[in-house]
Amino acid sequence: MIRLVPRTETPALLQVAIPLLAVLATMLAGGILFGVMGYDPVAAIKTIFWDPLFGPAASYSRPQLLVKAAPLILIASGLAVGFRAGIWNIGAEGQYIVGAITGAAVALAAYPAQGMWIFPAMVVAGAAGGWAWGMVPALLRNWFGASEILVSLMLVYVAQRIAAWMAFGPMKNPEGFGFPGSRNLQQYPPASNPELVAGTGAHWGVVAAAAAVLATWFLMSRHIRGFHLRAAGLAPRAARFAGVRPETLVAFCLGLSGALAGMAGLFEVAGPAGQITDKVGVGYGFTAIIVAFLGRLHPVGILLAGLLLALTYIGGELAQLTMNLPAATVQVFQGMLLFFLLGFDLLTRYRIARRITA
Amino acid sequence: MIDPVALFVLLLSASTPILFAALGELVVERAGVLNLGVEGMMITGALAGFAAAYHTGNPFVGFAAAALGGALIAMPFAALTQFLLSNQVASGLALTLFGLGLAALFGKPMEGVKAPAMAAGPLGLNWIVWLGLLMVPAIWWFLNRSRTGLVLRGVGENHDAAHALGYDVRRVRIAAIAFGGAMAGIGGAFISIATVLQWTEGMTAGAGWIALAIVVFSNWTAPGVLAGAWLFGGVTVLQLRLQAAGVRVPVQLLSMAPYLATIIVLVAISARQKFSRRAGTAAPGSLGQDFHALR
Repeated sequence: MIRLVPRTETPALLQVAIPLLAVLATMLAGGILFGVMGYDPVAAIKTIFWDPLFGPAASYSRPQLLVKAAPLILIASGLAVGFRAGIWNIGAEGQYIVGAITGAAVALAAYPAQGMWIFPAMVVAGAAGGWAWGMVPALLRNWFGASEILVSLMLVYVAQRIAAWMAFGPMKNPEGFGFPGSRNLQQYPPASNPELVAGTGAHWGVVAAAAAVLATWFLMSRHIRGFHLRAAGLAPRAARFAGVRPETLVAFCLGLSGALAGMAGLFEVAGPAGQITDKVGVGYGFTAIIVAFLGRLHPVGILLAGLLLALTYIGGELAQLTMNLPAATVQVFQGMLLFFLLGFDLLTRYRIARRITA
Repeated sequence: MIDPVALFVLLLSASTPILFAALGELVVERAGVLNLGVEGMMITGALAGFAAAYHTGNPFVGFAAAALGGALIAMPFAALTQFLLSNQVASGLALTLFGLGLAALFGKPMEGVKAPAMAAGPLGLNWIVWLGLLMVPAIWWFLNRSRTGLVLRGVGENHDAAHALGYDVRRVRIAAIAFGGAMAGIGGAFISIATVLQWTEGMTAGAGWIALAIVVFSNWTAPGVLAGAWLFGGVTVLQLRLQAAGVRVPVQLLSMAPYLATIIVLVAISARQKFSRRAGTAAPGSLGQDFHALR
């Protein structure tokens, strides 16, 4: 018989090994799933994980890696800060949508003005929109004790409907021949978020994602607020006795993750997406939760996890084109990945020992 | 004029999916487990039920398949939280994401076909609506009057004490999780088989999350769940009536109503539990905590 013995410290090797183990297990289980569905498992896995980087069309798909990874990393960096403190913002998708709308609103209001101020103002507005959307669950929790999990999630559905209303109503392109959707910001240079270095896919969102990784690393490992956050997550009562006010942390975490998600939404709508439609939210806010966990809530881990999940998006699209694999495959993959990760996580907290029988 | 009886019938129908899912989650939470995967289990039930009903031509076989599908998809969550001691919040989220993906993947061939017709039950109401209404007193009786229910509540209130008394905490919780999955599955299938009559991706549209909020609203009681589900059903019906009546408010804004109502209700009930000296919360003592028997 075996038994589980709680660990007091986690070996550093395990912190790296467990996410890798989870990825391998997901590939294996995914291969079985493809086999059951009647696809060639090896070819499917190769198409998703290998071809986007090294396959025949890699020169097209490689830049997409940064385009897809940037919003995931940006959002996940913020979420991880809260998750460390036991504050569960699972409504990043809603904050992303609202940020896209408020950011685009600045551009649409300024149209057709020219000026260097427009894009920075949009970034600020996007961050402010996401921040405000994140502060709703924060304040409702601080004032009334309402669960931030449920409120932030409900607000995703509200945000989706606001986006649809905007696309069909107030933000509809007056020169769009009656089609829903706003003006295309890619065709309005002062408001667009173009590729900065040709062929890399890097736009301002990638720069912001890199900055977010650095900033959250500094926050969590060098700043007193990060220490408070970690303390509140590990021992809430002890943290309170040490003078950490939980209300402050709730507002800080939801505000920060909301602002970062809002910025991600703005960079997307001003860049790759181009316009506000009823489908502004494409699920980055939910996938970012997986990125945060896969990255072990650590900034560097999140960077790598964001790139990996971006790869699954691109590989999934490729598999859709070349193998006719359904689009939802990626979603299943991501869900399985989180399952395996959470399962293997046991090994970081417990070690397995032989049961001693008396 | 709107016939109040017809309106009430619509309300019953609109509240049934949430009623099933929330009653299931009530039992799960009373056993001390917080399963945030309700949405994933509902969508799985919606697809499994619809597919079975379509292929057999019998809606009742569909509902049985939905219950089975919901219970099965909950098993990875049970394994993670009960044996691998994973965080319940994260595992529940994983269940929702996985269920949504799986249903979207296997639902492709079901798109565009129609559900078989379902014979109405007594008083012209759907049989499943009746079943939902019957489940309310049944679950109340189970939790408050039966011996097994007492054990389940004990496990949820204090798992260490229940373990010390010799009860198998894990077994009780796994059974509760399976029951919650089955109920969520039936709730989801009601949407696809009895309301919308077809399968579309993501058709549960947050109903699972609303069910979670209603459990909090109910203060963890079965009659409270019924009240919450009816409140939600009422808001939904009202919103649809206003849309049909052509009120000068954009459809997209009207359709926010159920979600906003859920937030308002959640805030009101949380405030009551927080500020009222007498009311307090009836949340189970061990809710959301890992159980690891060292001895």
